[in-house]
Amino acid sequence: MNITLNGKIVFLDKKMMVDELLKVTKAQTPEYVTVQINNEFIDKADFGITPINEGDTVEYLYFMGGGQ
Amino acid sequence: MEITNEQMERYSRQIILQGVGGKGQKKLLQAKILIIGTGGLGSPASMYLAAAGIGTIGLVDFDNVDLSNLQRQIVHSTNDIGRPKVLSAKESITAINPDVDVVTYQKIVNAGNLKNIIKDRDYDFILDCTDNFPVKFLINDACVLLQKPFSHAGILGFKGQTMTYVPGRGPCYRCVFQTPPPSDAVPSCKQAGVLGVLGGIIGTLQATEAIKYILGLGNLLTGYLLIYDALTMDFRKVKLSRNKKCAVCGEKPTITKLIDYEQPKCEAKR
Ligand SMILES: [Zn+2]
Repeated sequence: MNITLNGKIVFLDKKMMVDELLKVTKAQTPEYVTVQINNEFIDKADFGITPINEGDTVEYLYFMGGGQ
Repeated sequence: MEITNEQMERYSRQIILQGVGGKGQKKLLQAKILIIGTGGLGSPASMYLAAAGIGTIGLVDFDNVDLSNLQRQIVHSTNDIGRPKVLSAKESITAINPDVDVVTYQKIVNAGNLKNIIKDRDYDFILDCTDNFPVKFLINDACVLLQKPFSHAGILGFKGQTMTYVPGRGPCYRCVFQTPPPSDAVPSCKQAGVLGVLGGIIGTLQATEAIKYILGLGNLLTGYLLIYDALTMDFRKVKLSRNKKCAVCGEKPTITKLIDYEQPKCEAKR
C-alpha cells in the first residue's frame, strides 16, 4: 500500500503500526518524534496500537533546538 | 504621532506598499517586539525589524560575544568579542535606525522573570530565537498564559523550522512537542553544527511574521509548521491541528504557572 510520508509517496509491503513504521522508515531519534496521521496527533503511548492505512498522510515532526 | 519627512523617505519603499501606507508605518513605529536570544536567529530578526521601523525592540540575552558566534550572529562584530551581546546588538541596530527604542535585558530567562520581562513594556509580539528546549517551552507557556502571540523557530545542521502562535487561532508549540526531550537526547547546534545562513533564512521569516502581525496583513504560520531544508531547497508547510490534550492550551490544562526544566549543562554556561 502507498502512504504519503513527509510529503513523499512511500510504498509499504504490509500493514503495520506506527512504531513499526518509525523503524522501517528509519526515523531519527524515534522516541522523540511527534507523529501526525491525517492531521491528528498520535499519542506516543498509542504508537504500538495505531495502524497505518492505505492512503494515510503521515508527518514526522522533529525537535529542532538550535537558534543561537 | 506624525511621520516626519525624514521617516517618510527612510520608509518610502514600504510605505508605498498596498496594505502598509502611512497608517501601517505608524503601527510599526508604535509596535513593541521582544526578541529572546540575540544569536543566529535573533541577529537578522532584530536588524530587519529595526530597519522596518519597529518603535520598541526588547533584547534578551545573558551571554557575551564569542569568536565562534560570528560565523552566523551577524548583529555582532569582531570588535565585540567578550562584550555583552545585548549591548553589541543594541549598538548595531541603533546604527541602522536611531528611531528604535532598544530595551536590553542581560538575563538568563527563567520561570521567575520571563512574565515580568514580557510585561515590562507590554510587548505586542515575541520572537523565540533561543537555542535550548527548556527556554523554548518556557516562552511558549508564558505566551499562552499571558495570551501573547509569538514566533517559534529552531535551526540545526542544514534545516530550520518555524511556527507562529496566536492566542485562540491555532496550536501552540506544546500541542506539537509535549515536553522537552532529556538533555542530549536530540542534538544541539553546538554538537551538530549549523550552516550560518539558516539563521538568516529562518530569523528573517520570524521578522516577517512579526511585521505581518503588527500590520494585520496576509496569513500567518498559525496552524502550520514551516520546515526548510537547505540541501534540497524544499520549503514544506505541514498543517497542524490543535491538541485537545495540550498541557497548557488544551481542554484541561495542567500547566497554570511556568516551570524551569533542567538546562543541558553544556549550554547553560553559554
Ligand atoms: Zn497547546
